[in-house]
Amino acid sequence: MADMPQPAIDPWNKPFWDACEQEKLVVQRCGETGRAWFPPSPVSPYAPAAEWDWMECSGEGEVLSWVVFHQKYFAGFTDRLPYNCALIKLKEGPLLVSNIDGPNDSISIGQQVRVLFERRGDVKVPIFRAKDRS
Amino acid sequence: MRDKVCVVGVGNTQYGNFPETDSYGLGAQALAAAVEDAGLSFKDIDGLIVNRIPSYERFAQMVGINPQFCLPTDMAGRFASVSLTIAAQAVASGAAETVALVYGNNGRSKRMLYGGAEGGQWNPWGMTSPGATHAMMWRMHMDRFGTTTDDLGRVASTFRKHASLNADAVMRTPFTLEDYHQARPICEPLRLLDYCLINDGGVAWIVTTPERAKDLRKPPVYVSGYAQRDVFEQATPRDDFWYPALQQIAGEVYDRAGIGRDEIDGLMIYDNFTPTVLFTLEGLGFCPQGESGNFIKDGILELGTGRLPANTNGGHLSESYMQGWALIAEAVRQARGECGDRQIEGARAIQYACAANIASSIIFRRD
Repeated sequence: MADMPQPAIDPWNKPFWDACEQEKLVVQRCGETGRAWFPPSPVSPYAPAAEWDWMECSGEGEVLSWVVFHQKYFAGFTDRLPYNCALIKLKEGPLLVSNIDGPNDSISIGQQVRVLFERRGDVKVPIFRAKDRS
Repeated sequence: MRDKVCVVGVGNTQYGNFPETDSYGLGAQALAAAVEDAGLSFKDIDGLIVNRIPSYERFAQMVGINPQFCLPTDMAGRFASVSLTIAAQAVASGAAETVALVYGNNGRSKRMLYGGAEGGQWNPWGMTSPGATHAMMWRMHMDRFGTTTDDLGRVASTFRKHASLNADAVMRTPFTLEDYHQARPICEPLRLLDYCLINDGGVAWIVTTPERAKDLRKPPVYVSGYAQRDVFEQATPRDDFWYPALQQIAGEVYDRAGIGRDEIDGLMIYDNFTPTVLFTLEGLGFCPQGESGNFIKDGILELGTGRLPANTNGGHLSESYMQGWALIAEAVRQARGECGDRQIEGARAIQYACAANIASSIIFRRD
């Protein structure tokens, strides 16, 4: 099986991927506004001069949208076609794109989901599953 | 800035698959056509902006010009309007008198892929390509407002009908709504005919002052007003369809041009994917948010019958993927009345708009 596409690790997202290895979903939180953001970056977009820290998320979120890929873009996803990608709003605020574990036709906007982790090559990737299916 | 700068020359190559040339060759050919169109010579050019041409220096060498203002712009299509407005500012400020803007793209013969590039933020989840981003936005739009993929099909088939009147267009065979739904899915809810083409080609424009335009070959087309909003704060596909940014633009661009929305005779809408056409119509206030499907249902965007013909060359969906550059050339030609079978009768004011993370609009007028 072809390799799954891997993240481009940089100084800012390395703690995120290290946490995933421990099956923890973490995001940065602004010391001034308390707001969380994703993807990881060197400063808070809400107060670039403020301190920030890493926060472990509840792992809960909501599906805002989803798509189903029929076109092959990555060799590693060939066997999964047609596969879904979903826009998730974490309970803590940030949006991220992930996959929903389950049949594509079971996904709906507004669905409540919870994180789980799946080994893909060198990293464990956070994906989500509908709460009422877990 | 109202009417302080005008477009005096436009040119383009043929559109298709041309492995025998490259973006330099395509750009040079388009520029030669624009120079001829304007009745200028290459020596008159004292400003140069290039897009998707790897080296501005090599390009200037090739066409033998030493400008006093020179700039390469980013390859994203949203930079078509950015390039034109920067050139307008250069002309209005006196940094240059006559600026040539040149676009050359050989993505088709180079087998350029849009999606799957290394290093993408969402690659580990298989999320990639501009088309998927728009598919994700459109799913939200349908859920929130009750729009349908039929609405997208009407946009695509209307622009194809326009392309059938355009000898330069790559795709000229009309299709029905049924054909649209039978096309293969690429990234659902979008299908093949929701996607722009990928083809080789070049486009060039020349801008100068109204004073300089007086003794040139063609009547000037004025850059009457423009507005831009950059929205970079979301790393994911946006959940707002650029609506707030486009609303701000709508609040400025008509005032700046000194005309009302009702006086616009035709639209050139950046149609990388069909949903952006509907996002643009809503954002600019041609219809209320969520109503674009009903708004276009009876053919308002169609040449000949509709009140607001759009993308009369066929757009990115059917004419050519020239990333806004060919749409702006079409705006100029419509304002001049040069479009033959696809001319909007009596067109005086044409509006270009792009819904993207750099959202923008420009109003062109012939008088």
